[in-house]
Amino acid sequence: MGAQELEQSSLLIPEVKSRKKRRDVHAGDRRFFWTLRAVALLILAVLIAIAVQLFLVSLPAIRHFGVGFVFSTDWNPVRNRFGAAAFVYGTVVSSVLAIAIAFPISLGVALFLNELAPRRLASAVGFLVEMLAAIPSVVYGLWGLFVVAPWLRTVFEPMMIRYFGFIPLFQGPPYGVGMFTAGVVLAIMITPTISAISREIFRAVPLSHREAALALGATRWETIRLGVLNSSRLGILGAVILGLGRALGETMAVTMVIGNRKDIALSLFAPAQTMASLLANEYAEASDDLHLSALATVGFLLFLVSFLINSLARFLVWRVESRQKEGAPR
Amino acid sequence: MKRRIISILAVVCGLVMTSISSSQADTISVNGAGATFPYPLYSKWFVEFGKSHPGIEINYQSVGSGAGVRQLLDKTVDFGASDAPMTNEQLAKATTPIIHIPTTLGAVVITYNLPGIGQSLKLSASVIADIFLGKITQWDDARIAQLNAGVALPKGLAILVAYRSDGSGTTAVFADYLSKVSPAWSEKVGTGTSLSWPTGLGGKGNEGVTAIVKGTVGAVGYTELTYAKTNNLPVAWVQNKAGQFIEPTPASVTAAAAATKSMPADFRVSITNADGKAAYPISSFTYLLVYQKMGSVKGQAIVSMLKWAMTDGQKMAEPLHYAPIPKAMIQKIENRIKEISLE
Repeated sequence: MGAQELEQSSLLIPEVKSRKKRRDVHAGDRRFFWTLRAVALLILAVLIAIAVQLFLVSLPAIRHFGVGFVFSTDWNPVRNRFGAAAFVYGTVVSSVLAIAIAFPISLGVALFLNELAPRRLASAVGFLVEMLAAIPSVVYGLWGLFVVAPWLRTVFEPMMIRYFGFIPLFQGPPYGVGMFTAGVVLAIMITPTISAISREIFRAVPLSHREAALALGATRWETIRLGVLNSSRLGILGAVILGLGRALGETMAVTMVIGNRKDIALSLFAPAQTMASLLANEYAEASDDLHLSALATVGFLLFLVSFLINSLARFLVWRVESRQKEGAPR
Repeated sequence: MKRRIISILAVVCGLVMTSISSSQADTISVNGAGATFPYPLYSKWFVEFGKSHPGIEINYQSVGSGAGVRQLLDKTVDFGASDAPMTNEQLAKATTPIIHIPTTLGAVVITYNLPGIGQSLKLSASVIADIFLGKITQWDDARIAQLNAGVALPKGLAILVAYRSDGSGTTAVFADYLSKVSPAWSEKVGTGTSLSWPTGLGGKGNEGVTAIVKGTVGAVGYTELTYAKTNNLPVAWVQNKAGQFIEPTPASVTAAAAATKSMPADFRVSITNADGKAAYPISSFTYLLVYQKMGSVKGQAIVSMLKWAMTDGQKMAEPLHYAPIPKAMIQKIENRIKEISLE
């Protein structure tokens, strides 16, 4: 009521007066603006506070080991020797593996649901795929450990070792748990994220693009490629980044299936360890100061790696964007 | 409408206030945190103790021994709990003296996946050390066969070691034992809650190790005695210092504690590789950690809980597969409890 009255009165009063009054009239707007700004800044402040705190706690380990911390694979809490190379490697490789598996599947799911499937089927299947995102990660871990790992150990890994064993990636005994298992479980965990976002992006492509392609005599695949995929590359990249973010930080499920060995092995079937799973494993029982500090440094490194990968992705987006702008007039 | 909401809020607030004030008047709440290994026993203890001592409420969080010690040193809890005794270094950090009260005993057992061998595997200290060092790699190794005459060990089956990937008191006890019996272990690996393992796969928690062992023929790992018993895992008989092969049971674990001759006054002692004939060699105490000086209200509650734990509490240990404290030690511990001073 009150707001309406004020608005009407402001319409009636002369120009100069109204400008002076406008500030008062829109006090609510300003309060709203400041509230939102405070919330946004709070997020930024929390992020910076976490980074600073992590860095402060890691300082003793950074001073003690220097840059060698990142390149050493020797992690021995008994002897107070710490190096994080194996965990950085494990995090990056397991996440990349997960993306490599999840990306084609997610894209296929999203395309099928959006472009090919009858509407009823699409909404049902879409709902189920999104349900996958709501499953707690410990459930994925248990499923990975008791269902996926035995199958990989008895069926898939022996087959790969037999037929592709000449490639170093597929050598060694089939343990069932290891880098590859972690990649598979992670892939299933990030599929709903990537496919749901890709779907939204495909939905945002104007129908006229598809119609134009069809009018030119394009087949169904050509329509999808020209009309849909071409204009949503950026969005898909964004979806992949979000999936990658989840894979990098995933802790519980990875810990349960990765085999937890602090080595770098070339074979994907060998056990490994990620930064997040190391923290989950060792933090609770760590009592030595240097050990705690080294764990904090690993946390800080995880922070940095996520930051770097996200920046790289942003950079890619920016480059594609600017190239598209350049190309547009032609 | 608004008025109704306000009146409802007022009533709710009133109810909350009265319930808070009444609980403050009647109940003493004591908070502890620490070891996960004795958690099933402690949670039973504190429920039973609460029943027989109305007005005292004991909360325990099983956050791990290391975290328990940290929280005790930071004084964010009223008592701590740890599987390993605190080190001199840690005790030096404490601003007030801390007392160790042994509450029960646990053991680490060797479990394995060898279908069809029919009877329990027998292992000696040096063989266990060499398996976990990766020196013995096949189950039909002559040194294993020698200990298990008459057992059909599978031919050419590779040994897969499974270890705890999470920092754990169980690992610490096992490593402490191996360091005592094997110079190679002590030199290469050493003792601690998290180790740099020479070989094998890591599982998170007892259940993670068990999943690897159960899933892989030829695997061998270690878990807590209580976990192995409640899950009916096959366990190896381990040769003790006196040369006997001992089945891990609460009785043989208690025997290991009873056989310890030089018990220090503060009970901070390792009882792995103990002397006695009936002693299971991979045994250890677990402790409650309390401040020597405490406020009278909470202190009184903690002291009566500790006294109760030494008497009625001990009877609850064995049904849960924990080993009770040897009778001869109870009196010493009760004397130690008397040293707690209340302000």
